[in-house]
Amino acid sequence: MRYAMVIDTLKCVGCSDCVVACQTENDVPIGFCRDWITETVNGSYPNLDLELKSERCNHCDNAPCVRCCPTGASHITDGGIVLVTADECIGCGACIESCPYDARYQHPDGYVDKCTFCHHRLEKGQLPACVSVCPTKCMYFGDLDNPQSEVSQLLKNRKHKTLAPEAGTNPHVFYLI
Amino acid sequence: MTTSRRKFIKISALGLGAVAASTTAINMFGSNAYIDELVKQNVSKKFKRTATYCEVCFWKCAAWTYTNEDGEIKKIIGNENDPHCYGRLCPRGTGGVGMYTDEDRLKTPLIRTIVNGEDTFREASWDEALDLIASKFKGIKETYGAESVALIKHGAPGSHLEHLFKAFGSDTIAEPAYAQCRGPRETGFNLTFGTWVGSPEPTDIRDTKCLVLIGSHIGENMHNSQVQEMSDAIDNGATIITVDPRLSTAASKSQFWLAIKPATDIALMLSWMNVLIEEGIYDKEYINKYATGFEELKNHVSQFTPEWAYGITTIKPEVIRETARAMANAAPSVIIHPGRHVVWYGDDSQRARAMAILNALLGSWGRRGGFYFKEAAKVPNFPAPAYPEPKWGWKEIGEKYPLAQMGITTEVMKCALPDKDNKYPVKALMIAGTNITKSIPNKKLLEDAMDALDFMVVIDTMPMDVTGYADVVLPECTYLERYDDIRSATNREPSIAVRIPAVEPKYDSKPAWWMAKQIGERLGLGDYFNYDDFKEVIEWQLKEMGTSLEEMEKIGVKNYPRKSGSMYINEDETYTFPTDNGKIHLYSQELKNLGFDPLPNYTKHPEPPQGFYRLNYGRAPMHTFSRTVNNPNLNDLKKENDLWVNPKVARIIGLKTGQEVWLKNQDDIISSFSIKVRVTERVRWDSVYMVHGFGHENKKLSRANGKGINDTELISKVFTDPIMGGTGMRGNFVAILTENPHKNTEI
Ligand code: SF4
Ligand code: SF4
Ligand code: SF4
Repeated sequence: MRYAMVIDTLKCVGCSDCVVACQTENDVPIGFCRDWITETVNGSYPNLDLELKSERCNHCDNAPCVRCCPTGASHITDGGIVLVTADECIGCGACIESCPYDARYQHPDGYVDKCTFCHHRLEKGQLPACVSVCPTKCMYFGDLDNPQSEVSQLLKNRKHKTLAPEAGTNPHVFYLI
Repeated sequence: MTTSRRKFIKISALGLGAVAASTTAINMFGSNAYIDELVKQNVSKKFKRTATYCEVCFWKCAAWTYTNEDGEIKKIIGNENDPHCYGRLCPRGTGGVGMYTDEDRLKTPLIRTIVNGEDTFREASWDEALDLIASKFKGIKETYGAESVALIKHGAPGSHLEHLFKAFGSDTIAEPAYAQCRGPRETGFNLTFGTWVGSPEPTDIRDTKCLVLIGSHIGENMHNSQVQEMSDAIDNGATIITVDPRLSTAASKSQFWLAIKPATDIALMLSWMNVLIEEGIYDKEYINKYATGFEELKNHVSQFTPEWAYGITTIKPEVIRETARAMANAAPSVIIHPGRHVVWYGDDSQRARAMAILNALLGSWGRRGGFYFKEAAKVPNFPAPAYPEPKWGWKEIGEKYPLAQMGITTEVMKCALPDKDNKYPVKALMIAGTNITKSIPNKKLLEDAMDALDFMVVIDTMPMDVTGYADVVLPECTYLERYDDIRSATNREPSIAVRIPAVEPKYDSKPAWWMAKQIGERLGLGDYFNYDDFKEVIEWQLKEMGTSLEEMEKIGVKNYPRKSGSMYINEDETYTFPTDNGKIHLYSQELKNLGFDPLPNYTKHPEPPQGFYRLNYGRAPMHTFSRTVNNPNLNDLKKENDLWVNPKVARIIGLKTGQEVWLKNQDDIISSFSIKVRVTERVRWDSVYMVHGFGHENKKLSRANGKGINDTELISKVFTDPIMGGTGMRGNFVAILTENPHKNTEI
């Protein structure tokens, strides 16, 4: 089992529904977020390209946040999901610094928080909140170890990229381009 | 797609699609104390779900409100069976929780009073506020007639108050959704096809092969099912053609982005007609069978070549030809989208006519992938006495505009201005669910009118700017706390949805149906409100419709089979269009008879003078006009609007992204607040752009107050559509001020 998220930038409209759905699903305090939208514009008027995409923790195989965590609170669990055990987190913020995606934030309760791939929903056979709500259905989630899964098929058939590949983190959020 | 995608997650079907979270879920992630804890918390929290439909915008998506064991609203999730949302709400619907939790909500009735010579509000009891309203309404009725009490409304509360007003004898009713929004397109399409476009628009986007958006920015406007279907259309390889001076989100997803010079859409459309006809690529069979006035149209557009249009629109002739051919190739599965907020330059009914004519030439009305024939379920009226016949109302007030089909807000407001020749004096006004200083242009007119009123009531959930002008403010509870009318809208299949309160109203807020009934009873109109709880009304209606509230509580949405026949024209039969002669009117005799152009013409509109830029405005996906800006969840996503400025302009004026500026319009009106510059290639050098709905003046809106600019306050020049009274708002120009113009007035 290797969970991955695939996001089709050709369909994403940058509406931020994924952000607010994550907030209400995961009790993310107002003023913080586990996912966010970026906009990139290239070219000059009227020869322009616009890319909108939803970003979050990349659940990296080679996760710098896990490597640098002094207490082991940051760890990788089944399916490759990178998690933080709140109880063990001392809030030192080393992981926040180390993440090339700026995916982590200090929760007002003292620990470091970030995207969990909504593991508590996966438990129940549900898709992550952001994926389930996205109005353009541009987000896909599934198991990369299964070659028949929708995510595997999309990555097989469509041009795609990951963010900051040069960081060598082996991220597991993919963008169709 | 959704179900098959779920299967791809190789997790047992435990609780799949379950309502209440199952307590027996096994933690598949091994022993991890934190997860165990989280899972326990989540799993042990039993959610209750209550059917509703969203009121954060007019799309009215059906949803489930989830409350936890403590009775707190935790989340709102789309109803899977709803054709407005297909189980996925937009960000505003998902963030609808914030409409309920917002601590700045109106909490008690308020009455204007004077303390130390200054106007202020004092808290009042419901009885006091309602008694006051009833006595004022009665007094005005005695002196001037009930007609002099006017209602300006929007959304669900509006319909309860409309009932009250009609029972009282007033049809002086209007809503910004008409003359400030979709009115022109309803008139233009009605003149052509004999029917309004209506809401949701019957655009068959999911099956279209070519979608043409002209100044319509789906994806920034989150008209939910349309956004979803546009995404399906992208998956299906549909051609998208977007005409917009700004690189909108939709434009960025289009094969063809026509970066048109503002205010020239009609010229482009005329040249498209020219190409379709000159090249003989229009739907000849459809036109022969269904349309009248083709020869007149052909003669008319023969002069409007792409070369002619190039000089006006700046769109190259080959691009005009190529896009016209792309439409023809896809026809009849092509949609020239009618748009929604279509008040531009005052020739907007004609602009809508041009869209309708293009659709006719492409044979798309009544065809798969074009426009389907919509159908709604009939909801019976709850028994009540007939309404009295008012002597005058919105119709008479708008009589200057022969094809106005609803009340024109600005005309109703003008009737409040002191004028002894005014045949239709408006003396009292109730405003429900609309923040008119942000939804209606010409603030001076509004302020003068409100000033002249004898009495004004505002009903809202939030202390919107307009509440500051009221004599009495009534706090409405949010949609999550009340029953409302059954939602029955036109769709592919008739569909109804119910709104059931998930929680008790917070503070001392009340539903609008209750206010209407209370005021009605005080006015001796109790017979019109023959129920204790609005629940009884929908219970009765649902029973008449062969279902029940118990059933609807469980399903939220009920879809009925169609009764009106096929969604599309049956190719073996001859369809009768709902016009006077059963045919599409390419040439409009009706317009001709009224003294208007029977075929659309391009008119040149004013251009910005030196040093000024056209003020364009639009939507952001996470906000609905001004009403959501203070919502804590949605404010978190976007707190203020910014001023989009082309880098060339930025260079000339010396502007940087993030810099604070003020705006001054052509009439020397200066923005109340500042706005931050956003230098971007996405806008043209002759215009600036901002998202509508910001710049709230009311300090009680702790998050929204003073953030960004209210575009509407800079719209003092209104281009009125002589056909139906629409208020064109895109012909205002602004200069960018880098120094604070209010500095000297601030102490
Ligand atoms: S919800 Fe979907 S369309 Fe909206 S921003 Fe997120 S990924 Fe993009
Ligand atoms: S997967 Fe869950 S936790 Fe991660 S961004 Fe999406 S909603 Fe938030
Ligand atoms: S489109 Fe969004 S805001 Fe409008 S009704 Fe639907 S969910 Fe609510």
